[in-house]
Amino acid sequence: MYPTSSFLESDTLTMRSNTLSARAWFASDRWSRWLAAGVVLAALSGCQDMYDQHRYEPFESSTFFDDGASSRPLVAGTVPRTDPRNLPDVDDRNLLLTGLKDGQPSRSAPFPVDQTVLERGQGRYRIYCAPCHGELGDGKGIIVQRGFTTPPSYHEDRLREAPLGHFFQVITDGHGVMYSFASRVAPQDRWAIASYIRALQLSQNAKVSDLPPEDQDKIQEASK
Amino acid sequence: MPQVFHPSANTLSRVVLFSLVVGPAALLGLVYLLVRSPYQTQVRVIREQPVQFSHEHHVNGLGIDCRFCHTSVETASAAGMPATHTCMTCHSQIWADSPLLEPVRASLKNQEPLAWSRVHDLPDFVYFHHGIHVQKGVGCVECHGRMDKMPLAWREKPLTMEWCLDCHRNPEPRLRPKDDVFAMDWEPPADSGLALGGELLQKSHMEVGQLTNCSICHR
Ligand code: HEC
Ligand code: HEC
Ligand code: HEC
Ligand code: HEC
Ligand code: HEC
Ligand code: HEC
Repeated sequence: MYPTSSFLESDTLTMRSNTLSARAWFASDRWSRWLAAGVVLAALSGCQDMYDQHRYEPFESSTFFDDGASSRPLVAGTVPRTDPRNLPDVDDRNLLLTGLKDGQPSRSAPFPVDQTVLERGQGRYRIYCAPCHGELGDGKGIIVQRGFTTPPSYHEDRLREAPLGHFFQVITDGHGVMYSFASRVAPQDRWAIASYIRALQLSQNAKVSDLPPEDQDKIQEASK
Repeated sequence: MPQVFHPSANTLSRVVLFSLVVGPAALLGLVYLLVRSPYQTQVRVIREQPVQFSHEHHVNGLGIDCRFCHTSVETASAAGMPATHTCMTCHSQIWADSPLLEPVRASLKNQEPLAWSRVHDLPDFVYFHHGIHVQKGVGCVECHGRMDKMPLAWREKPLTMEWCLDCHRNPEPRLRPKDDVFAMDWEPPADSGLALGGELLQKSHMEVGQLTNCSICHR
């Protein structure tokens, strides 16, 4: 029996009859083995297995499923054991996720609204809403200027009186021609945006008497 | 005795000796250049995409934030690709009949996600995470270049290990305040010098010495 892949093999081979042809064959065999080793090395260095391993990276496509995607949509009603959205710990979880309190759109957020929440809301609003609703909420964003339906201004009476939960619901479910943002904006961020819109509404309709006294004085100065 | 070698052999021998030394070096150099060439690293190569999506148009022209489409970039390892639904947020009305957008509408109708061809792709044995870079103040521009000037997306940086390490050894001068991570045209304040980076480095508790450990990227 001849081992075929080891260089020790030459010992076995030299035990064969020492004819010229055998020797010639032997010599060329040594070359071919170096050549084979070279080819294997070259092949290994170009080997892509570790580069593209047998697992799916995020968003990798798949030939297994009909829609060609490896990531699967969630089955309706799926409840995560640990929520990847980092939901805050609140008393009324139902309110956090639906915007409803006693079956009606809630008038307050499920968690206290402070400066940090408003700043978060401002940031998210500028990313997701301002392209259509505009920085000021007047409904004149750039996409509207390019031909999208004009949304109502946040500063009309109906929306100024609408409960906070209404804004939460519009973001979650969409409204008319406006699409839902549920997959893009996490529930706590929807509340932050709703709170920020409320702040926008107040700011656009502020009276001089709403300002702190020193600012009132400044306005008095300026208008003289 | 007649001369065995013609005088020109002197030159010849010099050429031979010279090329014996320089030849292999040149060959190595050539291989090195090849490995770093755009052909190998795919820098500035544009790929065939199902839709001629233009970042220049959407980011520069319309001022849409990266996160409108790449929603998970702040928190997850993958930046996230926009769902068909995201395009249709606007294109349900804008250019709603354009043949350019036919694949997007077909994707919505057939419930089949668009298949974008990857522009950036690290080998599977490398671990990368967008979230950490964004949270620590590394701007998109550092790694992706001026996306807002790309009609079609290309790769601006080679994504070699050397390139990652270059920054991991000394991230200081390439950090920016967190609010400016998504800005394409941010410049450090003129008089700040290196002070800003150092300040940011301290504020976010980075341990630069460890960033070059193999297990940071190969885990
Ligand atoms: C693509 C453009 C677009 C974007 C982006 C957008 N909206 Fe709208 N929005 C509209 C349009 C158009 C309407 C009017 C819809 C209708 O009446 O059919 C509307 C209506 C609304 C209304 C009024 C609902 C009512 O009671 O009349 C609210 C509130 C609202 N949007 C909030 C938001 C928030 C919050 C965001 C960001 C998360 C957002 N929108 C993002 C286009 C947009
Ligand atoms: C309107 C949606 C949208 C916005 C806004 C957007 N992108 Fe994209 N981006 C896409 C789409 C769609 C693709 C895939 C098509 C392609 O590669 O051109 C993509 C691809 C990319 C890629 C290449 C991904 C790959 O294949 O490796 C990078 C990098 C990228 N975007 C960065 C950015 C940055 C940075 C911003 C903000 C300045 C941004 N994008 C804003 C939709 C968007
Ligand atoms: C926030 C709104 C918005 C979103 C989201 C959006 N687009 Fe657009 N897109 C526009 C507008 C507005 C135009 C027209 C630009 C103009 O007229 O200057 C446009 C133009 C286009 C065009 C034609 C561009 C040209 O050069 O003529 C294509 C193709 C396109 N978008 C693809 C996409 C794809 C694919 C997506 C999803 C990844 C997407 N868009 C998401 C607003 C959007
Ligand atoms: C430190 C460098 C770095 C920074 C900063 C960075 N990226 Fe990336 N990005 C990469 C690398 C590397 C890949 C390829 C990842 C892979 O192949 O797994 C990538 C891939 C992508 C992709 C393709 C989809 C994916 O996740 O693989 C998109 C989209 C993207 N980046 C957008 C962004 C945006 C938007 C920002 C700014 C917030 C950003 N990137 C900041 C290095 C970076
Ligand atoms: C422009 C600078 C820059 C570039 C380029 C860069 N990084 Fe980073 N990276 C950072 C900074 C800053 C941190 C945060 C360090 C910290 O928090 O201590 C980081 C952190 C990381 C971490 C997490 C470290 C941990 O503590 O777990 C990983 C993983 C990583 N980078 C991988 C990569 C890979 C892979 C590449 C190349 C494709 C790359 N980085 C390119 C700047 C960079
Ligand atoms: C900052 C991230 C980072 C760190 C730290 C890092 N690597 Fe890498 N490494 C990479 C990337 C990215 C690649 C892929 C390069 C490519 O595709 O060209 C890579 C590729 C490699 C390869 C394969 C090279 C090839 O050509 O296929 C080896 C081997 C390797 N690294 C070893 C190491 C060792 C050993 C260490 C520790 C001393 C280390 N790496 C630390 C990012 C890193």
